[in-house]
Amino acid sequence: MKKVYPDAKAALAGLLKDGMVIMAGGFGLCGIPETLIKAIRDSGVKNLTVVSNNAGIDGVGLGLLLDTRQIKKMISSYVGENKTFAQHYLAGELEIEFNPQGTLAERIRTGGAGIPAFFTRTGAGTSIGEGKEEREFGGERYVMERGLVADLAIVHAWKGDTEGNLVYRKTARNFNPMMATAGKVTVAEVENLVELGRIDPDHIVTPGIFVKRIVHVPNAPKHIEQRTTRKRTDPAVPAGTGEEV
Amino acid sequence: MAWTREQMAERAAKELHDGYYVNLGIGIPTLVSNYIPQGMSVQLQSENGMLGFGPFPFEGEEDPDLINAGKQTVTELPTTSYFSSADSFAMIRGGHIDLSILGAMQVAENGDLANWMIPGKMVKGMGGAMDLVAGVKKVVVVMEHSAENEPKLLKRCTLPLTGAGVVDMVITDLGVFTIDKKSGGGMTLVELAPAVTLEEIRTKTAASYHVANTLQAN
Repeated sequence: MKKVYPDAKAALAGLLKDGMVIMAGGFGLCGIPETLIKAIRDSGVKNLTVVSNNAGIDGVGLGLLLDTRQIKKMISSYVGENKTFAQHYLAGELEIEFNPQGTLAERIRTGGAGIPAFFTRTGAGTSIGEGKEEREFGGERYVMERGLVADLAIVHAWKGDTEGNLVYRKTARNFNPMMATAGKVTVAEVENLVELGRIDPDHIVTPGIFVKRIVHVPNAPKHIEQRTTRKRTDPAVPAGTGEEV
Repeated sequence: MAWTREQMAERAAKELHDGYYVNLGIGIPTLVSNYIPQGMSVQLQSENGMLGFGPFPFEGEEDPDLINAGKQTVTELPTTSYFSSADSFAMIRGGHIDLSILGAMQVAENGDLANWMIPGKMVKGMGGAMDLVAGVKKVVVVMEHSAENEPKLLKRCTLPLTGAGVVDMVITDLGVFTIDKKSGGGMTLVELAPAVTLEEIRTKTAASYHVANTLQAN
């Protein structure tokens, strides 16, 4: 069975339908499957429920699908960088379900692992826990959260082989590996497509069983939301510091 | 005289210990990394999937695939590891992170924290804050003592909670409070910023609190 498709449009052919649930990997604009998002925009499919940690920014990433109003509902942990999102939401045109980031990650991980629910301390005693089953373990309150699956998961990887084995790069990994397991169909875009045997099996993060289709995106655009640097003349600087430009 | 943002960060850095794994929130908490004592090993965790991140890159060496949770470009260190968001929150929720330092809109005397939402106004989301306060061993809040002359240390939070009974310590520009969240011993004022009086704290704090013996003479 051939998993490699010639382009993003072909890789999504027959998979898109109105009202479906799509998971999209990435944190901010880092590690987002942008080529596949553009192909979804071009398809015109609508009333989507999209599961993604963030919602892109205006005109980039999932912001593209917000601009065209193809998204009905977002399940996210943080959407603060997108002005269109706030406008549509405050106008009542867009639903949002906020999940704590770790709960979102675990809902996707468990969904992909066939675990229908789990208990977490996160959100106990807050509005997030309201209406959910609670249990006490060791004297502490825990909230039951449900596993999450999607009709389609789209992920971005640094390297992939023709079998669909994937390797991610640095912090572009984020939500991609869990989402790859939680889609009924998972489509991966890879910056580097290599022949079988070219990835050390010990280094594979997502085994090919989770990936149904692959598209090669050698020139995938990459974006920086907060470009922070230090000057070369600076002495040793502690972690996380420097001059914002 | 009240502490500056930098002095608040410097005070928060006293909570660091050798070998700690630490998560720093956005804003004043980020500044704490400037005050890690020389020779102390402290690994910073970034919830987007990185442990041990270094300073901002040199100009021209920014990598879009290498960012912290504030979406800022950073660099890696010899200790760095990368992992998925699920593994990241296993570290956080599983109690493997020693210290979380974060900002707040309100803190209550029982350790309740509100820092993610203003109904009808702010619709950004909680990000990883709820998981951090639920799972990290020690939670330190660094914030201004008042917002537009309204106290932020309250008997009960009026904004939606990020966590119930989760805060261990609050560092404001006026002083430091500890909260006995486990045994219900309430809040205690333990330090004052230079020249700040007990009277000033009293007028600007809506929460009930004890005053540590060491401060009784002020």
